[in-house]
Amino acid sequence: MPEPTWTYAPAPESRDVVTLRSAYGLFVDGAFTDPTDGGSFKTVNPATEEVLAEVAQAGPADVDRAVAAARRAHTEVWGPMPGRERAKYLYRIARILAERAREFAVLETLDNGKPIRESRDVDVPMASAHFFHYAGWADKLEHAGFGAEPRPLGVAGQVIPWNFPLLMAAWKLAPALATGNTCVLKPAETTPLSALLLAEVLQQADLPPGVVNIIPGAGDTGATLVAHPDLDKVAFTGSTEVGKAIQRQLAGTRVRLTLELGGKAANVVFADAPIDQAVEGIVNGIFFNQGHVCCAGSRLLVQESVVDAVLDTLKRRLGTLRLGDPLDKNTDIGAINSAEQLARITALVEAGEGEGAQRWSVACELPEHGYWFPPTLFTDVSQSHRIAREEIFGPVLSVLTFRTPDEAIAKANNTPYGLSAGVWTEKGSRILWMAQRLRAGVVWANTFNRFDPASPFGGYQESGFGREGGRHGLAPYLRSPDLRSPDA
Amino acid sequence: MTTLHPAIETLPEPGGGEAALRGFLHGLPGVDQVGAEARAAGLATRSIKRESKLWALELAVRMTDLTTLEGADTPGKVRALCAKARRPDPSDPDVPPVAAVCVYPDLVPIAVAALAGSGVHVASVATAFPSGRASLAVKLADVADAVAAGASEIDMVIDRGAFLSGRYGQVGEEIAAVKAACRDARLKVILETGELATLDNVRRASWLAMTHGADFIKTSTGKVSPASTLPVILVMLEAVRDFHDATARAVGVKAAGGIRVAKDAIRYLVVVHETAGAAWLDPDRFRFGASSLLNDLLMQRRKQLTGVYAGPDHFTLD
Repeated sequence: MPEPTWTYAPAPESRDVVTLRSAYGLFVDGAFTDPTDGGSFKTVNPATEEVLAEVAQAGPADVDRAVAAARRAHTEVWGPMPGRERAKYLYRIARILAERAREFAVLETLDNGKPIRESRDVDVPMASAHFFHYAGWADKLEHAGFGAEPRPLGVAGQVIPWNFPLLMAAWKLAPALATGNTCVLKPAETTPLSALLLAEVLQQADLPPGVVNIIPGAGDTGATLVAHPDLDKVAFTGSTEVGKAIQRQLAGTRVRLTLELGGKAANVVFADAPIDQAVEGIVNGIFFNQGHVCCAGSRLLVQESVVDAVLDTLKRRLGTLRLGDPLDKNTDIGAINSAEQLARITALVEAGEGEGAQRWSVACELPEHGYWFPPTLFTDVSQSHRIAREEIFGPVLSVLTFRTPDEAIAKANNTPYGLSAGVWTEKGSRILWMAQRLRAGVVWANTFNRFDPASPFGGYQESGFGREGGRHGLAPYLRSPDLRSPDA
Repeated sequence: MTTLHPAIETLPEPGGGEAALRGFLHGLPGVDQVGAEARAAGLATRSIKRESKLWALELAVRMTDLTTLEGADTPGKVRALCAKARRPDPSDPDVPPVAAVCVYPDLVPIAVAALAGSGVHVASVATAFPSGRASLAVKLADVADAVAAGASEIDMVIDRGAFLSGRYGQVGEEIAAVKAACRDARLKVILETGELATLDNVRRASWLAMTHGADFIKTSTGKVSPASTLPVILVMLEAVRDFHDATARAVGVKAAGGIRVAKDAIRYLVVVHETAGAAWLDPDRFRFGASSLLNDLLMQRRKQLTGVYAGPDHFTLD
């Protein structure tokens, strides 16, 4: 008789669909080029610490070249092009992304460390869906509610994070291109590869040279880009700290700015919640993508009468999470994206223990190489603890309790952030009551971390401003004639 | 020790009154259908390969209740089914026998004789299967008849009409009475989830059956569509898991109808594994009610062992 417990055999997705080059250049004016004054950096697989490729880093002269190419493309080609023609390119990009989905999923998982299940089922299909969605808007802008003749802003500098590298590129590029802007995009230092593969897709789609330029690099490349005097628009997704610096820098200029920053979302579970689905929502809220999600439900607020039952069910469920090789199709929890991020998570968890919160981690074996952190939750957390206030951006959940709906609102809103929130109850009227009072850009009812290209996403307070997705996502890239400033 | 949800800290006593029973069943945490369906769909993406697949295929064979429930059933058909139940793959003695053969009450003696000494259980549907539309006296006589003929498992149907109109006490009393009539036979309670309309009702019917003596809760008669589905099984498995937390009594689950290919069976086993836990990966705690599924399990098993598919003619018809 075979052993009584069932061990799933390894089911790794094949790496063969991806051809990794040993070195990648900058994508400027429609072609891959060497940097003029930048160096290069290595990007590693965070699950194994294997070096994947050497990637060119853009210096100030390269940023100049990229912005100049984007300006030229905007003036000569993309700006004057009718929306229905731009739409054709966007549809083509969306289709090619879908056709090459498996290649993108494997590459994303290699470079980022996220489970293939997520890159395959979420990141890549959503990225394609965003291009499809905005392709549909490109020829309907005059009916979108931004005036009779909305015009593009011009050249957009866009800086994106490492948690959803391809998806964030799609969120930035698709609305900008649909509205007739051209782009200079800087992917994150630890995850440049899917954006560079996307550059190949743009070539394949015959996108005119200079419409999209992709310039990898670290923070200084990003700083050079957002400070460039010939930009009309800056869009940034990343940490609140950097977002504030950018806002200070652009204050008083005519550059439009949107920021999508950190979060410390409350996931509020009432006693009358559908408990089994709430537990799934808690897991999905904080352990999806190893908690590297700006809208992660990192603060669990449970009504006191059910807290023990919810936590016991939650812990049992966490015991079934499978941590390991991100390329394995059965992996639920992949690798932490970088040594730096792992150090930050570790430091905050130690702070939590130091401040007296009770730590509980899943007893699972961590791989020998790479960057890993076990799914962890803290109980006995109070509002003043650092783990209840600061964004950890890792698989760490802080559990707090409440007794009344008013107390839930007070605690949920007691944060400088305001990106997302979740409410779990079978009572419809309470969902509406809560949603009216929660200061968060997105409120999920009986679900969490659900996204759709048609649904706007963005924050309150220090989580940023501006909306991405849907009709609202067009606004940050349009100059309405009715609202035109005197110098425009 | 798991802390119980307040709703299941005190369980209703059989015969404890309609109001108490209603209060308990309607106090159970709700089921969010969208969330339950998403969870089931997520588990269905598990990729089961090589030795873990072979293990699952053989387990699924051992969990099968090989079933024939047709008006046209004959003693010869039942004997053929019993022969298949003992030796599902005549060319390979390593294939284990199935869990049970499931027939109508009048054919129980034939099955008992054909399966003597094999360890394969004889299950019989009873209680005016599949509709359940008969008086309690007739239902109990039906059960007594099947038990007297040697059935070791009884698959009863609940009165869905009574359940849907809120007469939970009546349904519970019937289950308890049938349980008593079963004597030593194991009682499987068919909820007919395809007629219960909501997952909230599936959860309530599961608890109603478990608190009134069910040894197994079973999805369907196979005569109503939809029969078994993954979200329904997920909710039933959550119920048996929570009931076990509350009482330390393990109730089994039987998925019946609509499971025709090995791939689906493996998905069910993943849901069992990751919901109720490894202890439910056992024929005493999980069953498949099916007929055509068995041949696909055998075909996939041979493919796993030899690397090539044998044609359908290499596997016997029931």
